[in-house]
Amino acid sequence: MTPGEPLVRWDWIASHAGEIGQRVGEHLELTVIAVAVGVVIAFVLSLLALRIPALYGPITWTTGILYTIPSLALFALLIPYTGLSLLSAEIGLVSYTLLILIRNIVAGVRGVPVEVRDAARGMGYTDRQILWRVELPLALAVIFAGIRVATITTIGLVTVTALIGQGGMGYFILLGIQLFFSTALIVGALGSVVLAVLADAALVLVQQALTPWTHAR
Amino acid sequence: MTALGDLVRWLSDPANWQGSHGIPVRVLEHIELSGFSVLVALVIAMPIALYLGHTGRAGFIAINVANIGRALPSLALLAFGLVIAISLGLGLGFWPTVFALVPLAIPPIVTNAYVAIREVDRDIVEAARGMGLSEGQILRSIEIPLGLPVILSGIRTAAVNVVATATLGALVAGGALGRFIVDGLALQEYDQLMAGALLVALLAVATEVSFGALERATVPAGMRVVR
Repeated sequence: MTPGEPLVRWDWIASHAGEIGQRVGEHLELTVIAVAVGVVIAFVLSLLALRIPALYGPITWTTGILYTIPSLALFALLIPYTGLSLLSAEIGLVSYTLLILIRNIVAGVRGVPVEVRDAARGMGYTDRQILWRVELPLALAVIFAGIRVATITTIGLVTVTALIGQGGMGYFILLGIQLFFSTALIVGALGSVVLAVLADAALVLVQQALTPWTHAR
Repeated sequence: MTALGDLVRWLSDPANWQGSHGIPVRVLEHIELSGFSVLVALVIAMPIALYLGHTGRAGFIAINVANIGRALPSLALLAFGLVIAISLGLGLGFWPTVFALVPLAIPPIVTNAYVAIREVDRDIVEAARGMGLSEGQILRSIEIPLGLPVILSGIRTAAVNVVATATLGALVAGGALGRFIVDGLALQEYDQLMAGALLVALLAVATEVSFGALERATVPAGMRVVR
């Protein structure tokens, strides 16, 4: 930070409003793709683990290793194969969502009371109907808790993808570090935190709309 | 798979294992940076969490601080660490990274230690109080030993996060293993880049595994499941 330079230069923010907006869009796009793809993959793997319980251990072990690998390291390992691309960023981001999502989907479905399941079976529901009409709707609250954590984590991780040429708000953080320019640092860092808070609030609203019985009086 | 071949060649080159830029030095720097940051976080977080857990106060905050921590992106923490270190005149490298890593490590430590103490059976605590143990003695000889596995699992989460994120320190001219990744990216030397990534990944997994072993070893004898 150069002496005499204010911490935040509002004129810089004003003159870069267009670029900031564009990076916000990029940040959201990276996040939405990652969480959406993550949910689909996690859903398939969870159904597999629920059907064949012996697979739950290996699935969580593998996704746990993926989750432990530092984000920058994972992106770096992908570069020789998929380059400085959106694909590299998304492979990394998706792998980080899997453990959280699978744990919550499986825990949510397993947490459905046995009596409820038995009642459904007694009413003549097939296994498939029980899954789609009883277990998954009742597990929705727990599943959504997982989606919220995965989304917040992804929004934070997106900033790291700035190092492989993507990054959304991370672009400004990197710019700030390289130029010693605090305005860009603060725009990037605060921008990412604000996005995370807003996304979480939005997901809470979606969850309440989807599961009206959890807060009915 | 030429990338893998390059990686093996880079790792087996003796030149990369020597001197102040060699692999052993970078690994030690990484462990030093991570260990120091986790220690500072422990010194700050542990007394608060144990006090809150013992008294049962501020439970909502103690539990939700972990969620707030997750929303703080590591790169943003590094940016704030840089601003703080520069304004305190502490320079680049080590200190900005420590300032970024400590706030990253505090939330899981606080939340787990709080939950660990709260979940100790209240009947045991009441029995201890009835036997005349002081509040300090209850905390030291009942609550902490019984809660130790959960406390340690919080420290494990913190340590793994810190080891992973210490990589970013190289962006603010720090050493450690991130150096190989950041330099490899800048110079487009993919062998160096992948070697750095592999070493960091191994160190993170090793941290996870060794803390897991430590957690199992610290379960009090009376609470062990006999197989």
